[in-house]
Amino acid sequence: MANPKGVVKISDTVWEIPNTYKDGMRVPARIIASEKLLREMDEGVVEQLTNVATLPGILNHALCMPDGHWGYGFPIGGVAAMDPRSGVISPGGIGFDINCGMRLVLTNLTYGEIKDHVRELVDRLFERVPAGVGSSGFVKLSQDEFRSVVEQGARWCLENGYGWDEDLERTEDFGRTPGADASKISQKAVDRGYRQIGTLGSGNHYLEIQVAREENIFDPVLAEAYGLTIPDQVAVMFHCGSRGFGHQVATDYLQTFLRVMQTKYGMKVIDRELACAPFDSPEGQAYFAAMKCAMNMSYANRQVILHRIREVFSDILHKDPADLGLHMVYDVAHNTAKLESHKINGSMREVLVHRKGATRALGPGASELPAVYRKTGQPVIIGGSMETGSYLLAGVATGDRTFFSTAHGSGRTMSRKQAKKQFHGKELQRDMEHRGIYVRTASWAGLAEEAGPAYKNIDEVVEATEIAGISKRVARLVPVGNVKG
Amino acid sequence: MPYEFLDDIATADIAFSAWGETIEEMMGAAADATMNTMVADLGTISEREERVIDLHSDSIEMLMFGLLQEVIYFKDAEQLLLRIKEIAVNYADGLYAASAVAWGEAIDPQKHDFIVDVKAVTLHRFTVEQTQRGWEALVVLDV
Repeated sequence: MANPKGVVKISDTVWEIPNTYKDGMRVPARIIASEKLLREMDEGVVEQLTNVATLPGILNHALCMPDGHWGYGFPIGGVAAMDPRSGVISPGGIGFDINCGMRLVLTNLTYGEIKDHVRELVDRLFERVPAGVGSSGFVKLSQDEFRSVVEQGARWCLENGYGWDEDLERTEDFGRTPGADASKISQKAVDRGYRQIGTLGSGNHYLEIQVAREENIFDPVLAEAYGLTIPDQVAVMFHCGSRGFGHQVATDYLQTFLRVMQTKYGMKVIDRELACAPFDSPEGQAYFAAMKCAMNMSYANRQVILHRIREVFSDILHKDPADLGLHMVYDVAHNTAKLESHKINGSMREVLVHRKGATRALGPGASELPAVYRKTGQPVIIGGSMETGSYLLAGVATGDRTFFSTAHGSGRTMSRKQAKKQFHGKELQRDMEHRGIYVRTASWAGLAEEAGPAYKNIDEVVEATEIAGISKRVARLVPVGNVKG
Repeated sequence: MPYEFLDDIATADIAFSAWGETIEEMMGAAADATMNTMVADLGTISEREERVIDLHSDSIEMLMFGLLQEVIYFKDAEQLLLRIKEIAVNYADGLYAASAVAWGEAIDPQKHDFIVDVKAVTLHRFTVEQTQRGWEALVVLDV
């Protein structure tokens, strides 16, 4: 936005679009960003965010995080809290890839100790964690078993030997969103998803071996509390979601809502991708229960991938995974809607928070956090581009201004076609290898599309979240090996 | 190739326009564009398996939305890459119906050069319209 019209500066990182901007806005819209990030955002963000502000039952503000960009219905980076009695639920506020999220795993190894094994580790991970178009995983399930997995989430994985007890408490929702109901999902969704547990997907999904260099530790106390205790410590971060299953759940209910929205509930929306239903309606509740199945599928997917990572490190380095310190820091979801307690007009009440390309970031003391993070605040994992690095942040007490939400990644600035014109997959792989990042990919063209310059500067994004008081920097992690979906 | 990928519509995703003299040609072209988003060279997909797709909808737009979703569905559910070989669209009693025969083969990473997986067909700017040239559609895919 060269000159963002109608945008009023509230502070250095908060920009408001008043509800006079567009007919039907029920609340003002707010963009959390530095002035530079705001100017770099596409105009679609303002249009879409102000559309979100027209949705029935929206409370306080329609919000967009600093990595925001144009999306479907909601912008990516969009956050909206709805009154559960009078408000709506919208698949466009969650995204097609329900519970797309990030998981961060540590090791007790230094980069020096694995430097000579990075190639072997990445090659083996590439082999063991299937990526790319239509890939299927190693967990062989019947469709009935899959229906059970989507109700149980990561807990199913533990019961079946794919994880450690501690993994669950280090997963958002403790690895299982309660209230998932497999009777609300279609046969098509099951068909698409039941072979895909343990797969990475494609596009911007990835699995990375990273290093936390000493100079990239921003908060040594929190870093230590999260398990970053040695210089040049090696970590593994990955980004994936609910695969074809979640995509089908979203598509199914988008169509359901389009059918009933106007005829049954007399609601009109500005954009069909904002199709919605009253939260307190049979259709709204059915979607909520089906969406939770996709959330659980995603927790299970990331849990099985973690199991594979432990196996691969153990095989290559000839040590037990426990002796390699392969503990999870946390697993965060960034495409969700959840019932949470927040302060509205001075009093705490239950609201339905949509987060689409936004991460929950609870501050110290939050009751939803496991004991291990109750004092520190929630670890927040922000994925960057494969060339530039990623971040570990912490939730802060002042996060209530965004319903305890923060950014999720760096956000694209270049189209995929443009990236392919500018970069060539094989050359990029060679170039990255010279810079110390070994990459394997399921698609050369896909690799070119994910080149670092196609994304916003992640350092600016996380800095903006810190200045805005919605999360704080703990550590920056730089890639040394990458499996690209 | 009666379709064209558009660069300026969806930064993070894929947009295309597809056209044909008839609605059937346009729908076949849109299905190919969807597959070509995932597979670099459609010529590498051999005709080994056949699937019949029957759809109906009260709008021509949602009929095509359904057809493209089927292409995505078979890719995940059966790991099949399909192209529409024959398609007939009819209208009766307020309902549009499409009956299609699709041919293709199972995913083979050694043989098929993949670009990116398609998650869903979106309704963002989704249009199907009759023009002077015949029929034209605009589609944005979430990848």
